[in-house]
Amino acid sequence: MADTAFDEMDGHKNGGPGAVRPPYARLRTWLDETPGEIFDARRSQAELFFRRVGITFAVYGDNEASERLIPFDVIPRVLLKSEWGLLERGLKQRVTALNAFLADIYGPQDCIRAGIVPAELIHRNPQFRLEMMGVRVPHNVYVHIAGIDVVRVAEDEFYVLEDNARTPSGVSYMLENREAMMRLFPELFANHRVAPVENYPDALLAALRSVAPEGRGGHPVVALLTPGRFNSAYYEHSFLADKLGVELVEATDLFVKDEVVYMRTTEGPTRVDVLYRRIDDEYLDPLIFRPDSALGVPGLMAAYLAGNVTLANAVGTGISDDKAVYTYMPEIVRFFTGEEPILRNVPTWRCREPDHLAHVLDRLPELVVKEVSGSGGYGMLVGPQATRREIDEFGRKIKHSPEGFIAQPTLALSTCPTFVASGVAPRHVDLRPFVLTGADEIQIVPGGLTRVALKEGSLVVNSSQGGGTKDTWVLDGV
Amino acid sequence: MLSRTADSLFWVARYTERADFIARTLEATVRLTALPHAYLGERNEWESAVDSAGDLTLFRSLYSQANEDTVRDFLAFSPVNPSSIRSCLEVARENARSVRTALTSEMWDALNSAWLELKSFDTAMSSQDFSRFLDWVKRVALTFDGSAYRTMLRNDAFWFTRLGNALERADNTARILDVKCHLLLPETDGIGGSLDYFQWTTILREVSALTAYHWVYRQSIKPMLVADLLILNRQMPRSLANCYEILVRHLDLIADAYGRRGPSQRIAATQRARLSGATIEDVFASGVPTFIGEFINDNNRLGTAIGEQYLS
Repeated sequence: MADTAFDEMDGHKNGGPGAVRPPYARLRTWLDETPGEIFDARRSQAELFFRRVGITFAVYGDNEASERLIPFDVIPRVLLKSEWGLLERGLKQRVTALNAFLADIYGPQDCIRAGIVPAELIHRNPQFRLEMMGVRVPHNVYVHIAGIDVVRVAEDEFYVLEDNARTPSGVSYMLENREAMMRLFPELFANHRVAPVENYPDALLAALRSVAPEGRGGHPVVALLTPGRFNSAYYEHSFLADKLGVELVEATDLFVKDEVVYMRTTEGPTRVDVLYRRIDDEYLDPLIFRPDSALGVPGLMAAYLAGNVTLANAVGTGISDDKAVYTYMPEIVRFFTGEEPILRNVPTWRCREPDHLAHVLDRLPELVVKEVSGSGGYGMLVGPQATRREIDEFGRKIKHSPEGFIAQPTLALSTCPTFVASGVAPRHVDLRPFVLTGADEIQIVPGGLTRVALKEGSLVVNSSQGGGTKDTWVLDGV
Repeated sequence: MLSRTADSLFWVARYTERADFIARTLEATVRLTALPHAYLGERNEWESAVDSAGDLTLFRSLYSQANEDTVRDFLAFSPVNPSSIRSCLEVARENARSVRTALTSEMWDALNSAWLELKSFDTAMSSQDFSRFLDWVKRVALTFDGSAYRTMLRNDAFWFTRLGNALERADNTARILDVKCHLLLPETDGIGGSLDYFQWTTILREVSALTAYHWVYRQSIKPMLVADLLILNRQMPRSLANCYEILVRHLDLIADAYGRRGPSQRIAATQRARLSGATIEDVFASGVPTFIGEFINDNNRLGTAIGEQYLS
């Protein structure tokens, strides 16, 4: 795909020589003029830096000595302020729509009556939480933290690939990548005006405090609820709790009495007003959801439904980032904001609809097929890169349960220059900006997490599938 | 602070201190058992090392006899013994990992590097390598403790590590006295140069106080003075009296910060009063075994009280 993709440095498609795009002008010179040994040295310093901080997040399960570091590429991905401005408006519009959609789904359900989304898609969806029907959440905010995956295919064509509205992760990489770059290449920051991202924890804390239950104003107590140190994102949880200056709690640190949540502290029980929970709905409360969950807090849902604690994100947001619901997002944005969507949706065929199914089965070798319930790059077929056998096999799976699949054209994700074994080469990237919604405003720190598919030609950027990350710059003018 | 966090900090400090104590016990025992047989008497010194630094019942269920090999294995490396050096360092590191952000990076580094390095020691090492291993364990404890002193904020997180450290030290010193108190009976006094002399110096070595003894008392080693140094002398870092100075001070700091006193403060203050009011003659008059037996129970009671008041 690399030869037909839009390259963010060179601009051209088809691999021909092109002029360097303005955002990358100085980086191009830097790449050309910096001796290879310096890059080698800096890259091993970067590795060392991440290994040091990473010690705690990379050690896994039984084979405790094994460390998994997500590869970091030292060449930043650059966006101009004008490009970012467009993205920012689009993201705010999209998250506004997501929140309005959720308030409607768990409220009057106007969008179903208006025929925007089919009723059975909502009511039969495993992500739909009946418990949330008619519940008022503070300031009508359901998705306080969203990680919207955006891809670029041309100079000014951005598509939303996925709306992550449950417990999106990766923001610690955004912050650590910048930290590493500033240490390794201070000279780059001297001649580029890069918008800072370090205020993310403050913005997150402000958003969380703003949605505390009514009457708990003044100094609401915020805590971050983690499944514990065996969770693969535990490093991020402890990192964020540290930056936010809030307690990192596990289920056993919490208890519920008279529908109020407390944490056990050395000074006795302390009431908790807002829980930034990094645990899925199903595990929150064994009394309501999975009874075998040891990660949950008995009585938490009762306290939540009584309005005595705010959960961020709210329970039931999974219905809004479901891959089947995704296909209706353009209509959802129009219905709830009254505006044309600024960010495009990837055209999607829903295999649950017979004519779409026939079309998909005919064109499998060209399409990307995803399981509606899959995530992390698992359970998907990338047609152009699959073998005949894989395609046939996937075809059978789709025919067997069409409602479980959607299909999209294979997008030519943009590429960015990246260090690989043979030197610097273009590799496909995506972008996950983090959108914070509080009581009064939506805030997005400029940039986000850029993920890069390190294998030549690969379009799968997920870290579980060999993806790496890059620092993401929004430049204040060139 | 979360109770779980305080609990982990408390136990990180306890286990690191315990690893250090076991290393010292092994070191002193290696030295004692290297003496010609005539100096040793009938007691099995390896068994007595297990008695003060571990669980004799557990040991007997695992090994048929107590000798250098079996005790070394049990006290230094056994994964079955919860108080072996290996278990202590592993538990300390596991506790540290679960409260990573409550520790400074220096403290974490000390424990994490120790844990990584631990794997590189071959348990079938020569006695020379074993003594290097014991030195290494003591250095780990020094680095950890030194990092805590030099880098932690002086708040409840620091105070709970001090409590864990002092409570464990008091227990360790008391256990040595408990196992060896038959040597401290007054009637053995005056047989200077006898086999007991080496027992006393061993005791002093276990609490790294051999040099200190001479500086404090400026005379040859006498059992009553050894007891005084270990029980009542507040200059001596590992004495029971000094441990309780530290416990009372840090429990008071916690009580002041939280604005509330409780059973822990009362138990610690009572014990300190008892230690500072006594003379070594009083202790000998009431009987050293009785005194130490009561102390160990009271010290455990304080541990339980701290647990109930703050850590759960």
